[in-house]
Amino acid sequence: MSRLIGVLALQGDFAEHLHVLRRIGVEGREVRRPADLEGVAGLIIPGGESTTIGRLLERFELVEPIRALAQAGRPIWGTCAGLIVLAREVVAETRARHQPLLGLLDVVIRRNAFGSQRESFECDLLVEPLGLPLLRAVFIRAPVVEVVGPTVEVLARLPDGTPVAVRQGPLIGTAFHPELTDDLRFHRWFCSLATPAASLQSTA
Amino acid sequence: MIGANSNIDQATWRTKVGLAQMLKGGVIMDVVTPEQAQIAEEAGAVAVMALERVPADIRREGGVARMADPDRILRIKEAVTIPVMAKVRIGHFAEAQILEALGVDFIDESEVLTPADDRYHIDKHAFRVPFVCGARDLGEALRRVAEGAAMIRSKGEAGTGNIVEAVRHLRDILDGIRRLTALPREELVTAAKELGAPHELVREVAEQGRLPVVLFCAGGVATPADAALVMQLGAEGVFVGSGIFKSENPFARAKAIVEAVTHYRDPEVLARVSRGLGEAMPGIDIVSLAPEQRLAPRGW
Repeated sequence: MSRLIGVLALQGDFAEHLHVLRRIGVEGREVRRPADLEGVAGLIIPGGESTTIGRLLERFELVEPIRALAQAGRPIWGTCAGLIVLAREVVAETRARHQPLLGLLDVVIRRNAFGSQRESFECDLLVEPLGLPLLRAVFIRAPVVEVVGPTVEVLARLPDGTPVAVRQGPLIGTAFHPELTDDLRFHRWFCSLATPAASLQSTA
Repeated sequence: MIGANSNIDQATWRTKVGLAQMLKGGVIMDVVTPEQAQIAEEAGAVAVMALERVPADIRREGGVARMADPDRILRIKEAVTIPVMAKVRIGHFAEAQILEALGVDFIDESEVLTPADDRYHIDKHAFRVPFVCGARDLGEALRRVAEGAAMIRSKGEAGTGNIVEAVRHLRDILDGIRRLTALPREELVTAAKELGAPHELVREVAEQGRLPVVLFCAGGVATPADAALVMQLGAEGVFVGSGIFKSENPFARAKAIVEAVTHYRDPEVLARVSRGLGEAMPGIDIVSLAPEQRLAPRGW
């Protein structure tokens, strides 16, 4: 039974994620409506603008279906903006208004933690499930994890200790973008967590 | 914040192109005040373009159009969390240095402003902040990429509310790409000469079947249908200039265009979001413009 991985395609770099899935021989599907979630074994929420993705999640009534997917134990991975919308809370910015969140991952996120675009960077990172060689991590107007809940495991930290990749059971969040590099290991690892949805079909 | 020994590189080509990739499937909106920027963000814009005047007003009022006042840009930056872009005149690298120092997230070297140099564009590799540039065809797009543009947009004819020029530019760029992919290798050097673009980039496009950077549509988008049209033609996202804040109900229209870009292939959604938006901006037929009133031919 082949695995089908959904990639939220409301906005952002979903095509890059789908491209990596193709390269590792996993079937991907663009998700824009609740019906697109049917039969997926896992979901990737791509990078993009978290305010835009959050608003579109609400407007196209995807919040509850994605929460149900998490409740069914299917793995969900958010990169950058995806990490933000997965989170329980975003540190209040004076200028921020309504930010719709899925509230699944027990972390508090600080948005644009490094400043504006000119501070964007890449660096080598030890990511726990991948080991060596180090992953070339691309941070673009990136968030960081400011508070880690008791059941959340940190998968990667910057040299100063700041958590930039986390896991809470089947929920994964990275502040960086494995989909922008040729390193396919993170996608392979994520897909290995996803069992074919057919075996869980009775819950759908 | 980041420690030593991690092989850290700031503002790389990958982070520049990467930001453009994060904007894909989104709408970038022209704004002139912090209030407009907040309306755009609330509607779901992926970025705002901070301007002194929208193109329709530049067109109407005439005079020299320059980079926006830094105070205006900073007030807009304070008002939103989404990226803030700003325009500089073609070739005006000092304006670009100022925008970089202000911490603007993306610079548009734009034909909408009055050109500062009638022969050369900015050396965009010299900056840490990424640039977007307009293009009418593949050769122009690749010349801008060679200079360091991390994102390309069609020029269209800004401030007219008329999509015809943007469609022409988008089709010319994409036709140019399709043509290259069909050529045998030995014809690519001559193709590069005819396009007026570097051979390495021409070869890359021929192999990949796409531009090396993200391609957006700009110039004349006024309705959700316009946005869906250019997305279906192959644009990866949309700039809306005067089309939002020169319309009767900017918030509703901005929101509808955002939704149209996400669901650009879904006529049911397009029909729903196109209803009840009030009047679109008044348009201008391009053929009624005198040659000196046209903005797209600026740039070389």
